[in-house]
Amino acid sequence: MARINLDHIRHAYGEKPKSEADYALKEVHHEWNDGGAYALLGPSGCGKTTLLNIISGLLQPSEGRILFDGKDVTYLSTQQRNIAQVFQFPVIYDTMTVYDNLAFPLRNRGVAEPEVDRRVREILEMIDLSSWAKKTARGLTADQKQKISLGRGLVRNDVNAILFDEPLTVIDPHMKWVLRSQLKKLHRQFGFTMVYVTHDQTEALTFADKVVVMYDGQIVQIGTPAELFEKPSHTFVGYFIGSPGMNVLPASIDGSSIKIGEETLTLDYRPQVAAGAKTELGIRPEFISLSREGMPVSISKVEDIGRQKIVRAEFAGKPIAIVVSEDGEIPAEPRVTFDPAAINIYADSWRVGREG
Amino acid sequence: MNKTWNNKAWFMVLPVLLLVAFSAVIPLMTVVNYSVQDTFGNNQFFWNGVGWFSDVLESDRFWQALGRNLLFSGIILSIEIPLGILIALNMPKKGLGVPVCLVLMALPLLIPWNVVGTIWQVFGRVDIGLLGRTLHSLGINYNYVNNVFDAWMTLIIMDVWHWTSLVVLLCYAGLVSIPEAYYQAAKIDGASRWAVFRYIQLPKMKRVLLIAFLLRFMDSFMIYTEPFVVTGGGPGNSTTFLSIDLVKMAIGQFDLGPAAAMSIIYFLIILLLSWIFYTVMTSSDEQA
Repeated sequence: MARINLDHIRHAYGEKPKSEADYALKEVHHEWNDGGAYALLGPSGCGKTTLLNIISGLLQPSEGRILFDGKDVTYLSTQQRNIAQVFQFPVIYDTMTVYDNLAFPLRNRGVAEPEVDRRVREILEMIDLSSWAKKTARGLTADQKQKISLGRGLVRNDVNAILFDEPLTVIDPHMKWVLRSQLKKLHRQFGFTMVYVTHDQTEALTFADKVVVMYDGQIVQIGTPAELFEKPSHTFVGYFIGSPGMNVLPASIDGSSIKIGEETLTLDYRPQVAAGAKTELGIRPEFISLSREGMPVSISKVEDIGRQKIVRAEFAGKPIAIVVSEDGEIPAEPRVTFDPAAINIYADSWRVGREG
Repeated sequence: MNKTWNNKAWFMVLPVLLLVAFSAVIPLMTVVNYSVQDTFGNNQFFWNGVGWFSDVLESDRFWQALGRNLLFSGIILSIEIPLGILIALNMPKKGLGVPVCLVLMALPLLIPWNVVGTIWQVFGRVDIGLLGRTLHSLGINYNYVNNVFDAWMTLIIMDVWHWTSLVVLLCYAGLVSIPEAYYQAAKIDGASRWAVFRYIQLPKMKRVLLIAFLLRFMDSFMIYTEPFVVTGGGPGNSTTFLSIDLVKMAIGQFDLGPAAAMSIIYFLIILLLSWIFYTVMTSSDEQA
């Protein structure tokens, strides 16, 4: 278990990157606390896996250093870093039995056989494959195979960190939930530093204490699930987290008054926006209330998703989404009001703080 | 499910049936025909039962040739398979080296058998051959024409030169189909180079290796052209393989009956051995 520092890491896959766009991973400078459970969340191709492979040592970063507990490990091999990693698709050694598969990482490190046996049986119990121990791993289903991959990641108890690269993609939804809770339990029990890559926000928000949102090769926000929801620091975070995502409307700002189309709102603070920046207002669908008072909207569609209704409407010429409770009425001449505390202002896509 | 039966469908397979009949079944049956009959000329044949078969099976000549075949196949398989795997493992996986290596590997395979034979026949000659003369000037007494060991060495090296590429290419195809994640996982699991080979690469190459093994076995067991061109079966009878002996018997001595019997026995041996190899090598799959 270790504290992991990423010191100005950048990575490009090609030789000699010429411009910023050549970097798959733009500058990442961050500290992962010892024993933390982190989720790396972002769309496909945003550099999550690259970052993970740099931490585990499968990739050497083009620039920057990695430190485990203050010790530079940038040029150490994966094995020397003592890291466990679970991949997106199951990797099993199909000529071995299930038991031997799990014992493999331990035996490679010369762990004594009684200890191997104890650890393997524990993991077999956890992934619910005890009855398969003596069978060859070849005939297993995809999710059993992935459970073995997971098990191989968890079997060593001295690792510095366990990295998960979208490990539950091939697992069916119910099993996903079960395995995630087990991982969570394991984390509480042993306090491993865990980094969990996913593009599924539910998975990220339920697994991690801290969610790291990545977009286009950089970290755009690190925060608790509540922070990501309430104060998305980049419009991408607002859009990516939450369902439906945050409404982002182009707005012009003058002191504390904000103009969206023909409508004007007044804030209780003056956002500091540089001249010439593209300014936007962001508000989550949950914080817009639909009633007979406020600013006029025209409703185009109502989606009933069970406990809530999502109203798709047009406001000041832009489409917005509004969340209305199941029994909330939708007036004939609808108007909306925005909860002032839930309004975020963005300049060039980055959030402008209240204090700023 | 309602299946409609229409016997006219049999006509659809008729062309293939005819083709196979003329290209395989009828020639094979003529051989069978010769093998059970005897003649004193004038195109008059009479029944000889299994006489030729017992003649062949009782002759030392047959068993010695069979022994040479088995020895030859055994030696070249035990060189070509491990060597092929070794080369395939060391071939580049990406970049400019890939096409270069693949073309270099494919070159020997593109050369016709008798040309390969001629190349080596000349290459090894003591008077004008590059290899033969070089060895001589180094003081090594090499002569494939009158030394049994040298003749065998020449044939084996020639076959290795000609056919290892096939094993390499097949193994390489097996290797490149292994996803990168396997190697990454092996690194994470702390696997040694040997363990990676034993538990990842070898199992993934198993199927192509089976094919390589069978192809090389059958081909080497039927080897004819190269020894015929290089040594002509000599010195003495030391490189007279079944195929060479068969041609001597059939065309040289015009003993059609024994030659036919021998070719059937030869065919059955190849069939039997291939079947045994195949069964043994795939049986571990079914246990899983």
